[in-house]
Amino acid sequence: MITFLLNNELIETEQKAGMTLLDFVRYNRRKKGSKIGCREGDCGACTVLVGTLQQDGQVSYRSITSCISPLGNANGKHIVTIEGTNLDGKLSRAQQAMYDNYATQCGFCTPGFVVSLTGYCLRETIPTKEGILDAISGNICRCTGYKSIERAAEQLYQELLLPSSNGRQSHLIAKGFIPEYFATIPERLAKIKDNDAPRGKETPVAGGTDLYVRHADRLTEEAVSLFQAQHLGGITIKNGLCTIGAGVTATEFMEHPDMNLAFPNLRQHLLLLSSEPIRNMASLAGNFVNASPIGDMSIFFLALDAQLQIENKEGKQRVLPFRSFYKTYKVYDLQEGEFIRSFSFKLPTAAQHFNFEKVCKRQHLDIASVNSAALITLEDDRIADIHCALGGVAAIPLYLEKTCQFLKGSDISPKSIAAANDVLQSEISPISDVRGSADYKRLLARQLFFAHFLQHFPNQVSLSALTS
Amino acid sequence: METKSKTQKKQRPTLPNIDSFTHVRGQSLFVDDMTLQEGTLHAAIIGSTIAHGYITQIDYAEAEKLAGVIKIFTANDIRGENQIGGIIPDEPLFAEKDIHFWGQPIGMIIAESDFIARKARSLVKIQYEELPVITTAKEAKDKGQFVAGSRTFQLGDCEQAFKNCEYIFEGETFSNGQEHLYLETQGAYAVPMENGNIKITSSTQGPTAVQRTAARVLGIPMHKIEVEVIRLGGGFGGKEDQATPWAVMAALATQVLNQPVKLVLNRHDDLHMTGKRHPYESSFKIGLNKELKIMAYQAEFLQNAGAAADLSPAIAERTLFHSTNAYFVPNVQTSVYQCKTNLPPNTAFRGFGGPQGMYVIESAIALAAREIGVPAHRIQEINLLQEGDEFSYGQIAKQVEAQNSWQKAKQSYQLQKLEEEVAAFNKQNDQLKKGLALMPIAFGISFTNTRMNHARALVHIYEDGSVGISTAAVEMGQGVNTKMLQIASEQFGLPLHKVKLEPTNTTRVANTSPSAASATADLNGKALQRACKVLKARLCLAASQHLNIDASDAEFHNEQVLIKDKPLSLDWYQLVTEALNQRICLSENSHYATPEIHFDKGEEKGHPFAYHVYGTAIITCTLDCIRGRYNIDAVQIVHDYGQSMNEGIDLGQVEGGLAQGIGWMTMEEIAYGADGRLHSNALSTYKVPDLFSTPDILDTIALDSLGHEMAIKKSKAVGEPPLMYGIGVYFAIQNAISAFNPKYTPQFNSPMTPEKALMSLYEK
Repeated sequence: MITFLLNNELIETEQKAGMTLLDFVRYNRRKKGSKIGCREGDCGACTVLVGTLQQDGQVSYRSITSCISPLGNANGKHIVTIEGTNLDGKLSRAQQAMYDNYATQCGFCTPGFVVSLTGYCLRETIPTKEGILDAISGNICRCTGYKSIERAAEQLYQELLLPSSNGRQSHLIAKGFIPEYFATIPERLAKIKDNDAPRGKETPVAGGTDLYVRHADRLTEEAVSLFQAQHLGGITIKNGLCTIGAGVTATEFMEHPDMNLAFPNLRQHLLLLSSEPIRNMASLAGNFVNASPIGDMSIFFLALDAQLQIENKEGKQRVLPFRSFYKTYKVYDLQEGEFIRSFSFKLPTAAQHFNFEKVCKRQHLDIASVNSAALITLEDDRIADIHCALGGVAAIPLYLEKTCQFLKGSDISPKSIAAANDVLQSEISPISDVRGSADYKRLLARQLFFAHFLQHFPNQVSLSALTS
Repeated sequence: METKSKTQKKQRPTLPNIDSFTHVRGQSLFVDDMTLQEGTLHAAIIGSTIAHGYITQIDYAEAEKLAGVIKIFTANDIRGENQIGGIIPDEPLFAEKDIHFWGQPIGMIIAESDFIARKARSLVKIQYEELPVITTAKEAKDKGQFVAGSRTFQLGDCEQAFKNCEYIFEGETFSNGQEHLYLETQGAYAVPMENGNIKITSSTQGPTAVQRTAARVLGIPMHKIEVEVIRLGGGFGGKEDQATPWAVMAALATQVLNQPVKLVLNRHDDLHMTGKRHPYESSFKIGLNKELKIMAYQAEFLQNAGAAADLSPAIAERTLFHSTNAYFVPNVQTSVYQCKTNLPPNTAFRGFGGPQGMYVIESAIALAAREIGVPAHRIQEINLLQEGDEFSYGQIAKQVEAQNSWQKAKQSYQLQKLEEEVAAFNKQNDQLKKGLALMPIAFGISFTNTRMNHARALVHIYEDGSVGISTAAVEMGQGVNTKMLQIASEQFGLPLHKVKLEPTNTTRVANTSPSAASATADLNGKALQRACKVLKARLCLAASQHLNIDASDAEFHNEQVLIKDKPLSLDWYQLVTEALNQRICLSENSHYATPEIHFDKGEEKGHPFAYHVYGTAIITCTLDCIRGRYNIDAVQIVHDYGQSMNEGIDLGQVEGGLAQGIGWMTMEEIAYGADGRLHSNALSTYKVPDLFSTPDILDTIALDSLGHEMAIKKSKAVGEPPLMYGIGVYFAIQNAISAFNPKYTPQFNSPMTPEKALMSLYEK
């Protein structure tokens, strides 16, 4: 049985855990405000909020796209659809802001925007203009051109800045950001028992952001085994070694204070990864086993020379360098019944320079044509060590073995970087597809490789010197 | 992440969009949200998996055996005609043997749930014999494959004029198609009524087209089909003709099974099975004199029509109408070929062929400017339309706002300063380059098929004084409901909540034109105005009779009836009661047909447009020369709304249209394989603009113009024209590329994806 709160209602359902949350709310509970735009998490018309009870007794809300989220992951949570944000007879603040600014046209994407904005109001104690726009970055609107929605977000942002008395939640209720019943949620969530997660031969699912795009119909019928219920989370740091659980989401990684210290541009890097609802669901390790040659997180952690902790059904563990994980296209070193339990990497030090690059057709929230990451260790102005990975240029996320070897001990000059590019070009074998022609990917691979050095060593190399 | 600058608010407070209240609460009803009747069945469409060939064998056995499958429909189940072609009867509802595009519907599975229907579909086995596939217009033309005859517009004598030109340039262009990506996919819900009558709720811009085609396919008279449209989750032209087949299929299943049937396409099916904006392969020859006046312009447009005519002939025509954009060219010769390929039949999309025409002359001007060594905007400015100029189709330009909008844009946005800033920036930066371009527009308003320019409105005043309005207008986000409500509420002097917009329905307003061509508010609004005026006259008569005075010029305001600003003893509600006591009819169905317009397709001359909409945009962008990515810094527009009747709604049309134009010119890249299969077949592979891809700054200034008598309340049509401002983005990026790479040879091959930008930056 799956038990959760849907808006102001307790749900106890025997529906299969693999059914999508969207189908459940629309067709089983007849909440038709969550719309079906794409069923692949790319449009945000089905956005709902997931509230999770925290140890401090507060409920933390995150937006997700319900079309690619298994119903089973709702267990023990508070799910909020657009209907659950409605006040009696008047508009909520987010709704009013959309209304006042002509930010609705056809209205089909509107509930998704309102839910995302409401989620932001619930979550953000220190609102920023950037943050509120990022909260709606996963919502596609084909009518407005977004400017009226930006104006609505601006209005809402200004309202969020108004000083609050009492607790934050009672402030939000008093000022009409959310309905009153939200005050009762923590207590009601606490009463829901943590059910046993299904285990066994079933298809393992973490966030579902990749599997549900391709296999929603199949997973609806099959039993699934849910990672989220198995508590494979957690980011721990010991002696400079960081270990990340397989269930850790991109958002958890991105918001972790220590990660932000280790990677000063982490936020910018992760904003390129996907929209906020996807980051809220997608696990980092899920990106590894998706094994897409352009998996952003695969490239990111290949450059950090991560180690994988792999576990089998008997609980026996083995450790594998991430760079030996991939064999050929979508084939990797996991035996039947094995899964990635966690992975670890050394946090970059002050002498190390990390950079992540990604170029796609649409700058944000798109799949890369080519992506690349590099970790450069300098000693006396020479490259003591380098790990560089390139995506979209081979059948697997590519660790640039030869290029890295070539650069070890080298200086950072246009001549040596350009020479390294020659090695790089011999290591890659891009193909032409919908993400770009092979020629383009070769050129882009070069440019992104150069970009790592232009980013960190602008005094040693310049674009014109590198490309002349 | 850069924080985006806020768009300056320019609108005065106007009536909010009346649909917005339910939109923001998730309570607006779309087809898929309707409460289903007992016994409702669900459909999945079987689409072809080849683009050209024959079906040799189909095996439905396994699919039919699946529990919950009710019936599999094919062409054999059609009782009327297997024909859905609107302009030309060349397209079957279900393929019988011949396959002409990938995704072409072959049959339909009806099952107890859509899940079962989809599962059954995967069990259908079809064998084909494949034939060679044509995906480009050029190849079709070479092989003599056309959906209809070519058309040529001519003004003056090009050949003669070229002889006297100082400069002559020739070139080729390509503009790709564009997926509508209405957020709500195609869908319909058909319900059996008694006596074989069927009610269809459809997400269509053209309720009459659905009714007409359903009657034809089902083999029953049109009056047996009722089509209702509540609203559309976006249309953009994609539901003008191509909402029809799905509604007809649902109706067909309902006819045979006598059960309600819901058919909503999933996104993959919608992308594979429906047509898009037409790709165009074109060539041009432009001649200028020493003063940079364009003396002659020739263009040949190869329109990739896809596998059937659909609306292609009308779209081809509009390409010719707009082939000289906002410029006067004394000698013009433009031809269009409607090439038949093995793509899904391409169809209407905001601009309707106009953008494709404009892109070519803008390319020609860009090439000329580069070769001569002047900024393109100098050539643009010199050649802008003036009052009394003749278009190549014979219409004389009147109330021209081309110069006005251009000059106002130049001054308001300080073009010269912008240019200097761009030049200074480019001098200082080697990794980033800026580009600037201007884009003027002139877009004709009316259906170019003169006979479609009519509409009706049915107004009921109920006995309690509340009012119900039906028109042919379909609400799809453009705000036409709000505009209609504004008209009626103003005419009757009633508060908004006393006036209700009914869903669009063919039994209330019949024989309608689709909501398209930007003309919906004009046509339906004018009809509505008339209906209100007739009813007001009747109420005045009732007042005169009752009070024994002359109330014939009474005015209606604030629920009062006024003569010379003084209220009568009867208010609106009392007057309605009195009129009914006098047995006066308080319902009116009024008709409006646009006056003056005409067009002779033999001569290719006439006066097809009620008026033109003008405007100018200045675009600046920044190009990242390491990565080939670009950012649109600002789009600054002066737009000719006339006297906007709702600035909030009209600004939304400008901003939304522009975003689609930017998408078409930058990231929206439709990709078909050589086998005719769509590769950009999901939202993960077909990218439309998101929040971050809009301009950092988007300013829109309303041109202070008089508007036009033929525009509703002198508020000019606004749906399509702003899309074409987006064309300027292509040229702005091109100018940034040139600033980085002097060896770059401009290609006119849109969209300007980051791929093309990067390849051009490093072209040798």
